[in-house]
Formats: sequence, structure tokens, C-alpha cells
Amino acid sequence: MYKSLKKWFPVFMLPTLIAFFIAFLIPLILGIYLSFCNFRSVSDATFVGFSNYIKVFSENSDFVNSLWFTVKFAVVSVITVNIFAFLLALLLTRGIKGTNLFRTVFFMPNLIGGIVLGYIWQLIINGVLYGFGYSITSNAEYGYIGLIVLMNWQMIGYMMIIYIAGIQNIPTDILEAAKVDGAGRFKTLFNIVIPSVMPSVTICLFLTITNSFKLFDQNLALTAGAPGKQTQMIALDIYNTFYGKIGFEGVGQAKAVIFAIMVAVIALLQLYLTRQKEVES
Amino acid sequence: MKNKIVSLLLLVTVVLMSVSLCGCKKSSAEIYFLNFKPESATIYEEIAKEYEKEKGVKVKVVTAAANTYEQTLKSEIAKKNAPTIFQVNGPIGYQSWKDYCLNIESSEIYSHLSDKSLAIKGDDGKGVYAIPYVVEGYGIIYNGELTDKYFSLKDRNNDYTSMDEIDSFDKLKKIVEDMQKKKKELGIEGVFSSTSLSSGEEWRWQTHLLNVPLYYEFEANDDYEDPTIAGLNAKELDFRYEKEYKNLFDLYVENSVTEKTLLGSKSTDDSMAEFALGKSVMVQNGNWAWSQIKKVSGNNVKEDKIKFLPMYMGISGEEEQGICIGTENYFAVNKQATKEEQEASLDFLNWLFSSETGKKYVTEQLDFITPFDTFTDSELPNDPLAKEVVRYMRDDSLKTIPWIFTSFPSENYKKDVGSALLDYVQGTKTYDEVSKTVKDKWKSERS
Repeated sequence: MYKSLKKWFPVFMLPTLIAFFIAFLIPLILGIYLSFCNFRSVSDATFVGFSNYIKVFSENSDFVNSLWFTVKFAVVSVITVNIFAFLLALLLTRGIKGTNLFRTVFFMPNLIGGIVLGYIWQLIINGVLYGFGYSITSNAEYGYIGLIVLMNWQMIGYMMIIYIAGIQNIPTDILEAAKVDGAGRFKTLFNIVIPSVMPSVTICLFLTITNSFKLFDQNLALTAGAPGKQTQMIALDIYNTFYGKIGFEGVGQAKAVIFAIMVAVIALLQLYLTRQKEVES
Repeated sequence: MKNKIVSLLLLVTVVLMSVSLCGCKKSSAEIYFLNFKPESATIYEEIAKEYEKEKGVKVKVVTAAANTYEQTLKSEIAKKNAPTIFQVNGPIGYQSWKDYCLNIESSEIYSHLSDKSLAIKGDDGKGVYAIPYVVEGYGIIYNGELTDKYFSLKDRNNDYTSMDEIDSFDKLKKIVEDMQKKKKELGIEGVFSSTSLSSGEEWRWQTHLLNVPLYYEFEANDDYEDPTIAGLNAKELDFRYEKEYKNLFDLYVENSVTEKTLLGSKSTDDSMAEFALGKSVMVQNGNWAWSQIKKVSGNNVKEDKIKFLPMYMGISGEEEQGICIGTENYFAVNKQATKEEQEASLDFLNWLFSSETGKKYVTEQLDFITPFDTFTDSELPNDPLAKEVVRYMRDDSLKTIPWIFTSFPSENYKKDVGSALLDYVQGTKTYDEVSKTVKDKWKSERS
């Protein structure tokens, strides 16, 4: 067994490994190296040490502002997406008529790209606000709420599918035993269903947290940061820094590295915490 | 053993495939032209085919999507087969790409440039590194049919009889405000098309409109002969004509088709459509707008009635002001390409702007007003706005305003001014804050 694994390893794994190196590992290392450089195009760069990292914070407060906005957005959208997705999953595992149709309908928004969704929601939101003589850029609040609505609309269906899979995996004998023991609907939910779907919760939280932090297309299409830079999320800020001013490519790169580390730490922490809550059934 | 050979063979094919995918073979002296104008993409492809047929040299044309030229160039130039002809947008653009700009002082195409001062020189004033290939102009475009209709009304608050009499901000304001009052009789929704302020669509105000007050400011600087150079060397701005800038901007916003608070969602396309459909009388834009107006279905602007008006804003001496004429489009040849590629690229440019076939494409399809002496008067584009630009260019009694915005410090600067203007029309910022942004951001972005 082990021998044949060894023999066939290159055939099956090498293409993937090569792709992994070319498309992931090399850009990652190059990216970290470039964040210490002053460069115009990636092929000629001069090493400048930590000055890019200093400029991230000293030049202006854009990075901190957009980080704060991103955190505000992420907290609210992670909570709402997961609650709504879980409730929908509960509803759609009870054998209501048309369950499959509803599952498909809720999942559909996920198949549309972020840019398209952004423009569609911009039209919808502006359509409503026009009636009152406003547009989405009139107030940063509108953009903030708009982004959360958009995120919910797009992500709920996907998370719902994961939760449905989790709920369907709960062995029926446990549920029946609970029923025999006289546990009510809420008792069953909190003591059996939720602990049993913790693995799904881990995945869903991980996906929603990372997705809300690195949200870019939706942000670009919906508000592009307007008014001012008040609805600019961190990925958009990195992009704007990179292309906005000649000589600031390295600073954008430094922001990206800081951002990547931050998201990795948050995601790992979350994985560690929710893993602890998972139970073996 | 046999299996080992099979797996080895497979491995080799995989590696070979990936290698052959990245490293395409280099044929001798292929020209790679990275095009800036998406609207002319198909025409350039046709030109490339024609050139290959005539001269046997292959031209590869790649077009960057609108507003992404810098990004595209940044990634393309890092490749092994980098563009041999690319474009810079002026002195600031040259600064960022100077490592790639070849000195083309001895080229034939440079010798055809009628005004040598238009070319971009090296930092020490020596050498020629980029040459302009198209001249464009912008101002206030107006629909002559609608203004004629206005001048035929009886109860006007003035006694002007034609647009020719309008040569200052006060006169412009008078007729605009009167027209706005009579919009029902004129069948319009507002005098000016929407002042588009959605993200990425603010360039007509933070770049083109701001060009005028800053030109007068830099021109007054006696240390430099050329106002663009003065702008490049300006560490700080006085923004001496802030009031005048506000004059015209307010006039646009107050007498518009669209309510102030909704301007944040309007795009340039929206404003041009409003103009093309006769919903508005005036719109600030350049001669490139004609193709846009033409494309709007149901447009009712008559070709012989569309004219330019200079952007009057109340600066003294503006009676002699013309429209803003200049260029943002300079060709450069990649210094890091091979010698043969550089030669071939220059030959191609020269062919495009001096051979009969090339010139035909330039005037008839690209609609360029070129700054080269190879074009005679009969070879000027025949779209009405381009004709207007030529008319202003040749009118010696008027002083055209050059495009000094090529000296603006960065994209960030323009963006920040644009969002300040949006805040101003939405009422969340005062004009003083806009003016402060114009000055402060100049200082911080220049440093």
C-alpha cells in the first residue's frame, strides 16, 4: 500500500504541487519580499527595509479607518449571516412542501459574481433612496447597511447548505431518544441540535469571517468608498494605495502583508475556539 | 520498472506543458502596442492587420480596459514579452516610467512633430522621451438649436441675441439662470447635464474644471515660463481663484437636470445621454464626447449646431479665453526592448502618422487631431467637435488654455478632491473644506 502510494505520488500530486508553487507559494514569498521594497513593476525592486511599514501608519489614517470600518462590518455580518442561515436551515429540514425549491432559491445569489451583485444592489438601494431625495453616497450609514444587506443576501444560501448538511447528519436515534425522554422543541434545539452541528459552525464562521474581511468587489461596485473614504474597506484601501500614488506600491504591499497576517491570526483563533466546542456524537 | 518509466514520462510531459505555456517563442522583432483608448481597440486591430499585410511585420495590440491603463502597464511591462510601444499621460507619468522610456530624439516621427515643445524632455532638458500623438480640447459643449430657441423667446431678462456675445461668467450666469426658469418653454429638464460625481466619474470636475483656475495661478508664476513646469514644481497651492472655481461649479450644480443630492450616483454616460436627448442645453466635456453623443439612440443633436463655449468663471481677462486644448496621450518606446523591436516600433509609428494608409485610418476612423506636420488641412477629422477644437486652435484673438492638470501630484489627489466635491453638493461639507482639501492634499501628495 505504502509502496504504491510512493510510486504513484508524482503522477497524482506533482501537477497540483507545481500549481501550488506557481500560483500560491511563490507569489506569497515574492509579496512579502516586495513589501520591503520600493518598486514600479514586480521585476525591478530595490530593498528599503521597514520604511513602507512605517508609512502605512505615518502617511495618513486611511489604513486604521478602513480597518475599523471593516471590523464593524465583519462583526455584524458574521452574526447576521450565521443566524439567518441557521434559521433557514432549521426551517428547510422539517420537510415543508417545496423544500428543494426554496433551498435552490436561497442558494442562487451565491452564484452571481460580487461586482454584478454590487451594481444590482446599488440600483435597488438608489431606487428606494431617490424617492426621498438621497442616494447611497449621501451618508456613510447607507453604504454600511447596504454592504451588510448585500453580504447577507449573498452568503446566507451558502451557509444554509452547510448547516443543512450538518443537521441532516444528526443521528435520528438521538433525536428519538430525546423525544422519548420528553425534551421539548427548544430543549432539543439547544442541547442536541446545536452541539451536534458545531463542526458546521466552525466552517461557516471561518468562511464568513474571512470573506467579510477580504470583501472587495462588492465594496468597489456598491460604494467604492464614497462618501469620502468612509465606506472603504481594507482590501479596497490596499488597492487604492497601490495604484493611487506613484512610489506607493510598496506601501500598498506592506498593508497587504499586515492584513494577511491579521486575518490569519483571527481565523486561526476562531478555529481553535470553536473546535473546542465540537462534540463527538 | 515499467511503471516507473510511465510515471517519469508523465512527469516530463507535465513539466514540458507548463514550461511551454509560459515561455512562448519569440519571433523576430514583433511589435507589441499597449493601447490606451478602449473606444479605438477594434480600429487599432485593423491597423495592425493592414500593417502586417503591407510591411510583413506583426503588430500585437492589447487594449487596457477603461481607467486601468496604469495597472495593465505595470503588469505587462514586467513580462518577458513587454510592450514595445506604450503610453504615458504626461510629465508625471514619465517620472514613473522613465526607466522604460527610450530617447527618441533622432526618430523620424519626432521630426514630424510640428510643435517640438509638446514632447516630453528628460529631467535635464535633454533628450525626447515621449511624444504626443493626439490633441484634444474641452470646454462647455452647447446645443445651438436650444440656445437659438431661447434667444427667440420674448420675455428674456437680457438682450443678448446669440451665444457669440457670451464672453464672461456674468453673462453666462445671466442666460443660464434665465434658461433654467424657462425650462418648460424650452422643453428641457435643466440647463446643465448632471454633474456626475459617482466614484470614478468625477474627472470632469476634479481634473478638467480645476485645470482652469490652477492654470491662471501657475501662469502668474514668473519663475517658470511653462505653467505645467510651474505646476510640477509647486510644493504648495494658494488656490487663488477658489471663488471663481466655485462660481462655475455652483452654476453647473444649481441649474442642473438632476437634484443636487442625487448627483453622487450619476455617471458621465448619464450626462452625455441627457445632452444627446435634448434634456439639457450644456455639458462640460471634450471633443471625444461626439462619438458618445452619436451612439445614444434617439439623439436629436444636430451636427451643425453643436459648439464649444470656453469655461468662463469670472477670472479677469477671461473675455479672451479659449477652450482648454492639450493632450494626455504620449507615445513612448520601451527602452528595455531589443534594438530590432525598438526600430520596428518607431517605423510603425512613423508609418501610422505619415503614410497614406496610416493617415487615412487616423483621420477617418480614429478621429484624431494630430500634432504632426504630415497632415494637411484636408486631412482633419470631420466630426463637429473636432472642427470646433481646430477653430479655437487657429483663432489668434483667443488664448487657449493648456492642459496643466498633467502636473497634478497623483491619482489620490484627484480622488480626494472629487470626494470633497461630492460631500459639498450633498451638504455634508462646506466649500471652505473643499478648498482646504484642494490645498492640503496638494501639499501632502506632492511630498
